[in-house]
Amino acid sequence: MKALAARRHHPMALLVILLLALVATGGLYAAFQPRTAQAETYTADDIEQGEALFLANCATCHGRSGEGLQDADGNTLGPSLIGVGAAAVDFQVGTGRMPMENSGAQAWRKPPQMNEEQTRQLSAYVASLGPGPSLPDEQYLDPANGDATKGGEIFRINCAMCHNAAGAGGALTRGKFAPALNGVEPKHVYEAMETGPQNMPVFNDDNLTAQDKNDVIAYLHELEENGSPGGLSLGSLGPVTEGLYAWTIILSLLTACAVWLGAKAK
Amino acid sequence: MTDNLDGTTPAKGVSAIAPKEGGGFPNPGLPPHVHRQADSDKRAEKRAEKIVAGMFVLSILGTVLFIASYFIFTPMGTNLLAEGGTLHAVFWSNLFTGLGLAIAVFFIGAAAVHWAKTLMPDDEMVEERHATRSSDESRDRAVEIITGGLQESGIARRPVIVTAMVGALAALPIAVLAPLSTLGPLPGNKLHHTFWKPGMRLTRDHDGTPIRADEVAMNSIFHVMPEGLTEETPHFLNERAKAAAVIVRIDPAIGKNEESLANGHQGILAFSKICTHVGCPVALYEQQTHHMLCPCHQSTFDVTDAAKVIFGPAHRPLPQLPIEVDAEGYLVATGDFPEPIGPSFWDLHKDK
Amino acid sequence: MTTTTPSSQKQDAQPGRVARLGAVGGDWLDQRTAGGGLVKFLGRKIFPDHWSFMFGEVALYSFVILLISGTFLTMFFVPSMDEVVYDGVYGPMQGAHMSRAFESTLHLSFEVKGGLLFRQMHHWAALVFMVAIFVHMFRVFFTGAFRKPRELNWLVGFSLMVLGMVAGFSGYSLPDDVLSGNGLRVVDGLMKGIPIVGTYLSMLLFGGEFPGHDIIPRLFTIHILLVPAAILGLIAIHLTLLVLSKHTHYPGPGRTDRNVVGFPVFPVYAAKAGGFFFLVFGIITLISATTAINAVWIYGPYDPSPVSAGSQPDWYMLWTDGGLRLIPGWEFTIFGYVVSLNILLPMAIYGGLLAFLALYPFLEAWVTGDDREHHVLDLPYNNPVRTGLGVAWITVYLILALGATNDLIALKLHLSINDLTWLFRVSIFVAPVLVFYITKRLCIAMQRHKRGLALHGVETSKVVRMPNGEMLEIHEPLNEFDRWVLVQHDDFRPLKAGKGVSALRAKATSFFFKDYISPVTPAELREALDHAAHEKHEIDAVTGGDYTVPSAKVGH
Repeated sequence: MKALAARRHHPMALLVILLLALVATGGLYAAFQPRTAQAETYTADDIEQGEALFLANCATCHGRSGEGLQDADGNTLGPSLIGVGAAAVDFQVGTGRMPMENSGAQAWRKPPQMNEEQTRQLSAYVASLGPGPSLPDEQYLDPANGDATKGGEIFRINCAMCHNAAGAGGALTRGKFAPALNGVEPKHVYEAMETGPQNMPVFNDDNLTAQDKNDVIAYLHELEENGSPGGLSLGSLGPVTEGLYAWTIILSLLTACAVWLGAKAK
Repeated sequence: MTDNLDGTTPAKGVSAIAPKEGGGFPNPGLPPHVHRQADSDKRAEKRAEKIVAGMFVLSILGTVLFIASYFIFTPMGTNLLAEGGTLHAVFWSNLFTGLGLAIAVFFIGAAAVHWAKTLMPDDEMVEERHATRSSDESRDRAVEIITGGLQESGIARRPVIVTAMVGALAALPIAVLAPLSTLGPLPGNKLHHTFWKPGMRLTRDHDGTPIRADEVAMNSIFHVMPEGLTEETPHFLNERAKAAAVIVRIDPAIGKNEESLANGHQGILAFSKICTHVGCPVALYEQQTHHMLCPCHQSTFDVTDAAKVIFGPAHRPLPQLPIEVDAEGYLVATGDFPEPIGPSFWDLHKDK
Repeated sequence: MTTTTPSSQKQDAQPGRVARLGAVGGDWLDQRTAGGGLVKFLGRKIFPDHWSFMFGEVALYSFVILLISGTFLTMFFVPSMDEVVYDGVYGPMQGAHMSRAFESTLHLSFEVKGGLLFRQMHHWAALVFMVAIFVHMFRVFFTGAFRKPRELNWLVGFSLMVLGMVAGFSGYSLPDDVLSGNGLRVVDGLMKGIPIVGTYLSMLLFGGEFPGHDIIPRLFTIHILLVPAAILGLIAIHLTLLVLSKHTHYPGPGRTDRNVVGFPVFPVYAAKAGGFFFLVFGIITLISATTAINAVWIYGPYDPSPVSAGSQPDWYMLWTDGGLRLIPGWEFTIFGYVVSLNILLPMAIYGGLLAFLALYPFLEAWVTGDDREHHVLDLPYNNPVRTGLGVAWITVYLILALGATNDLIALKLHLSINDLTWLFRVSIFVAPVLVFYITKRLCIAMQRHKRGLALHGVETSKVVRMPNGEMLEIHEPLNEFDRWVLVQHDDFRPLKAGKGVSALRAKATSFFFKDYISPVTPAELREALDHAAHEKHEIDAVTGGDYTVPSAKVGH
């Protein structure tokens, strides 16, 4: 202590104190900040491989440097990917939405064209274009860590109006739609909320925190686990399918009984 | 057959029915009866009996299953196929009690019907119809009773009584309006105001946390309620039903309405969530088209143009909540909505 | 030897003792109720036995099932909007705030033995009740069973249909979930849009602002007391009128407007109709055991903020929701007051559709001037314009109902809801006219075909080649029993204006009957038979009277 005190007037002392203060503030901030996403560590090789994949599969719509492209009429062929982050790529490519067959407002979920390794590499490359949301932290993807009751409330207020209360999907304007959520991996649920793909709004961690997202994942998981206690769910589309069922299946059964009843016995 | 059942011709003016030449074809009468197997063949009869009895037995088995299910497939306790207190237990309970009851009930019906079809006589029988009208004698007597009774009451000779009576009988139903009116309060100015007051912070609907302007990312939507509106607030759901709002963030450069942008903050715009058609929450937001869509009847609102209606049955744009940022950076309302939210009503434009 | 039928049903183990017991019981009752007269009146009443007559019964039996299952539900459902915190077995609602109505629905669905079964039976039976009413109504309409003397019963049935919709709507709103709650919000919005009194009506119904604290208990009273009482009363009138007029029957040999052909109430009809109750009950229970309906826990407890994509009412209310989706945003302000045509126009259209339905018997009676009693039914193709109008009405109804499902159609068939809305907006005007025309022409084509059948008999597909090259098909003439159905219907012709016939009426009869195909007359048949005899002569000359086909001759 005496040695330190003796040097308190040293010219570097101010600098040292500043550095200490910065580290302390930054450290405290980082410690108390709701954990958003942990950065994946990508190597230079990942980025290089990713760039090659990008040029081969994505550049025709998104531009050679991911800056975005427009066609002759000014319509967007592919938006700029600078700043969309690894999370967006992991979602879009991981669910098969990208590469898209045709440019358009609705990207369809389809069998992924890239394997996990390639998806990683593409994510690395796009992440290198500009800072953006990285892949979610594992702990927020585990349904066991979430509160399904809170998740249900969040889901019904923020998600059900597009995706339907049971997650069966819903129509948007002009042929677009919000897809069904069954069979979607927790990771992709998180990433979609975080990045707001296509016409889905952005629900980043400032809107719905990482824990909120975890709660939603827990809720969706419980919905799937619980199944339909009443029997066949008919797609969980509500009164319309129930009415259709009554007019077709049930009416046919009843009419069959009536015809049998009125027919002359052999 | 252009005559009535009793042979008289129809009383009504001219009819569009064209008489048939010679009265048309004669009715050939009932066709010859065709016998069933069980009518003549003893074995067919015995088989039919066995089937009927068998169906009744099946019904008994169904009843047994139904009663048993109440003990071995319960939702909360014993359940052979799932853990009690889970939804899977409910599934099996519903399935087996239901199947049991269905079988029990269905086969009683099937047995009765099969019995009637195969074993009870199936000769078609004929019953005569009579004209629905009463006989002339009854009618005359009825007329006599009514006119005689009216005469005895003296109604024709006592106009004072009749007038007073009519008055009393007409007045009484109006009395119904009084108790009916106590069913609910007068609208007053309730529909013209919401919970929002100047200075109230905007909070996230699902957890009540206030929202900072720098937390609202471009192309995001927040579902919003006023601070201070909690479960303890009196008529909490009624207030939520009027105060529900959303905030969206757009690039001001694409905003088409200066006044709307001025009522927001740097492209953050707050709108009422209650549809101006018939009141459902307009909650869908398409971040690329900047359209809000109501899922009930598909009214579509353009948030870059003060939430004007661009498709669907709504007419008025979504009222915009004027907002600004307070000293700590939180979004606050600067006042209530400038006009009533939700479905239009007769005196919507009256200042209250 | 007693001639009264025993009033108690017992297995015939020892005929003598049972008959005596029955006689004693019957005697005791008869001395107090004059029951013997009732048995005499009803016991051997004849009811015709066609399967298309059973839909009214399906409706009746579904209603009984509704009463039974509904009573069970009232033992557990709490019609209160008081707020509680959930503490039951459904995980995702653990600790959530909800009304007691919603909580009691979850409790009865998940924790009461047989609770979910009875709840599903109740809701499925409600859907079946309305389906049966509509199918029954269509059967009555297309066979002209609403004609004199049954016009009043048609009005009773119409009222039952409307009450059924009220019962259903009030019923599925009771659990106080987000889906039905948004339905109530729509009703509130509709009410508010009524000029002058709208906001007052809204406050009166909800006991204040929406959603308030009173609507669920009020709907409960409406749903379990007022509407069922009204329905039961109307059913009693409906059945009394049915027994009074006796049931109609399809045209057939031996059937006239002066008789009814069928089977007696006791034992045949009692067994069949009674059995049918159990069949309907069994099918509804089977469906309820295997198919889920209205999982309110997925929608969540009602709150004015959330809403689900794909929000529709139960099927029989779809037509009202569809009109609200198809109407453009027409609203104007006059002297500072708002007139919401986007609400009033759809309501006027619904009123118009219902009014047409209710008043049709009187409309048709005015056109035809027919005031005879009708007990023999029309075959639908024998009244092309009535059938066409009915199908056109169904088309309008269907387009409105489909309109309400536009977002689900868009989702599942990958279409645009905007395009679909426009499609329905246009087709609601175009389709009924088109459908009317096509249906009328189809009926007329069938009438022509039946005429040919009556005159020439059945085509046997056996063709004989004459020496001069002409091909003659062998027809087998119909016997008088088979021919009767084809020739028994009424003949109509348009009226001319004047002499008691207004210009409007003349035009109406022209619209109804100008293309009418008259039934075959005996004279025409005689002529055809002469011609057929002549042809048969020629055919026999070639075939020698043997009509076996050459390939059949070789095959044996």
